[in-house]
Amino acid sequence: MNSKSIIETKTNYRWQCRRGMLELDLLLNNFVDKKVDSLDEKQIQSFDMLLSYPDQALLDLLLGNSVSSDSEISKLVSQIRSTPLS
Amino acid sequence: MSSIERRQFDTLIIGAGGGGLRASLQLAEADLSVAVVSKVFPTRSHTVAAQGGMNAALANVLPDNWHWHMFDTVKGSDYLGDQDAIEYMCRAAPKAVYELEHFGVPFSRLDNGKIYQRAFGGQSQNFGGDQAARTCAAADRTGHAILHSLYQQNIRAKTHFFDEYFAVDLLKDGEGRVLGALVFNIHDGQIVIIEAKTTLIATGGAGQLFKTTTNALINTGDGLGMAMRAGIPLQDMEFFQFHPTGIAGRGMLITEGARGEGGYLVNGDGERLMERYAPKAKDLASRDVVSRAISIEIKEGRGCGPKKDHVLLKLDHLGEDVIQKRLPGIRQTCITFLGLDPAESPIPVFPTAHYTMGGIPTNRYGQVVVPVKDTPEEPVAGLYAAGECACVSVHGGNRLGGNSLLDILVFGRAAANHIIEYLKENKYHKVIDEDIVSNAVQRAKRFDLNSEPSPGGDEVKETVAVLRKELKQVMEDHCSVFRDKQFLIEGVDKVEQLCDRMKNVKIDDQSYTFNTAKVEAFELENLMACALATIHSALAREESRGAHSRIDFPDRDDKSWMRHSLYSFENGLDYKPVRTKPLSVESFPPKPRVY
Repeated sequence: MNSKSIIETKTNYRWQCRRGMLELDLLLNNFVDKKVDSLDEKQIQSFDMLLSYPDQALLDLLLGNSVSSDSEISKLVSQIRSTPLS
Repeated sequence: MSSIERRQFDTLIIGAGGGGLRASLQLAEADLSVAVVSKVFPTRSHTVAAQGGMNAALANVLPDNWHWHMFDTVKGSDYLGDQDAIEYMCRAAPKAVYELEHFGVPFSRLDNGKIYQRAFGGQSQNFGGDQAARTCAAADRTGHAILHSLYQQNIRAKTHFFDEYFAVDLLKDGEGRVLGALVFNIHDGQIVIIEAKTTLIATGGAGQLFKTTTNALINTGDGLGMAMRAGIPLQDMEFFQFHPTGIAGRGMLITEGARGEGGYLVNGDGERLMERYAPKAKDLASRDVVSRAISIEIKEGRGCGPKKDHVLLKLDHLGEDVIQKRLPGIRQTCITFLGLDPAESPIPVFPTAHYTMGGIPTNRYGQVVVPVKDTPEEPVAGLYAAGECACVSVHGGNRLGGNSLLDILVFGRAAANHIIEYLKENKYHKVIDEDIVSNAVQRAKRFDLNSEPSPGGDEVKETVAVLRKELKQVMEDHCSVFRDKQFLIEGVDKVEQLCDRMKNVKIDDQSYTFNTAKVEAFELENLMACALATIHSALAREESRGAHSRIDFPDRDDKSWMRHSLYSFENGLDYKPVRTKPLSVESFPPKPRVY
């Protein structure tokens, strides 16, 4: 990505990561801050897909209450969960 | 001005949580044109986070009736709640639950097929007797179930949604009527003037005022700031609920349901601390009582951990099966954020900012009311508020668990019903003068880089991130669980300085595409207004009542202070009486609040 599109993508993501629950705000924004620049196109598609999920489904995935049958989503969820919280 | 888009609706609703969506559904089903403006996608509203449930005296598990529920709510409010509104809410509660069932909310069931009800803090049978079980829940995701059901029903009823639009300011004419709002599209920055015969504010609370909070980032008190800028005072803002069991250091909520299911708090000596503070109700005493108990234990050196800065919530004795079945969400929260399993180890907890009891003053029909000359509660024509942003006031000095979902549903519906009646008498749009629109458009540019410095502001440029961090720290340090005069005076001074510095905020990002920096500036401005109202009201109230706890005035003072605070930019502090007369039953006179 060029620098302009990275900034646009980040601000767009920052808004999509504004959710109804503090837990999601923390996990998702932490991931956007630290990792989103290094995602490849396939991972970005998975992240977009993940962000389209309802909050409760997202919470269940990110807290490990449920596991996605989509292996790409599943990998991304592990990545989000393993990004240390600041 | 011709380039500004203008849209007309019977009703504009700002906010798409449970209160806004319950109201919009009622209005859309009455064949009115309804616009719902939400800064996030509606099902990402904070209602989704309400884990615990919703109170209604259904008597499915233990004997119950609405009058006991009313008593508990009045007592829980520390006698600051308005008893007419409380009676109305408690009587309407069973119907509100059945309506939700009809909309598709999957309430948890008992073996006999009836709706399961769990015990929550502050609930009693027979006016202060044995523990009651009054909270209806859809597992630990009641808010999510309610929000999604209401959203689906609104789609079916053809409510018009403006998703990811931010409402900046109300439009008000010279006679004080509210005629809609200026909003902008977060995606492309385009301004839209929404003209409405009636406007309902349902923007939720302001938990982001504090550094440690259970609230999502979106809870920035937008409707409260908007109301204050329109000259409407905020009521009882000194009453902010601190939930006793937030995860220490992080803020996330561990639902009261965990104590309802048998969890209890222990201090650094391994003692069940609540037995000393509330011999009867113990861990299920009212939230303010439990929060203060935890703070005292820590202050007196009986905290847990190396820094003795928290206490522990024990659940491990309940067994893995009960925890997994009844409290799966909190188990995973602990594993993810703390790396511990509550089925094996206790959870470190500390009081965390949770709920705004105060807000925009309304009557029980949801009409926004303000003092005019000798009348304490004169309705503002065309303006309504419901839910956490409103102060109706059913929660008074302290909200009971399970009463907030009830509040949004009962008063979202009540406001809509009043709007339906109001529109029968007020059929036509009032003409909005071009001046009102052009002023609003000009004001919407107040944080733009090229705009004129605000009067009183100097030339030093300030950033949103720095000011927000400072504000949250000041509120946490000076206006938290325990308060005293000296600390509050210093806090008022600091908040006023921050408000002055807010005038110098300019946004570098001038793009129109997803300009979230601009949204964050408006949000911070709203938080500043809330902070000012909160800390001024807290300094002035020289007593301890509900969540407002003054070290220097430890007792409740009904003679001087059984009254509602009102704070406005124009007039500072003012007061109005509590409505102590219910609709059909005897008043509950103030008594010492013992649990």
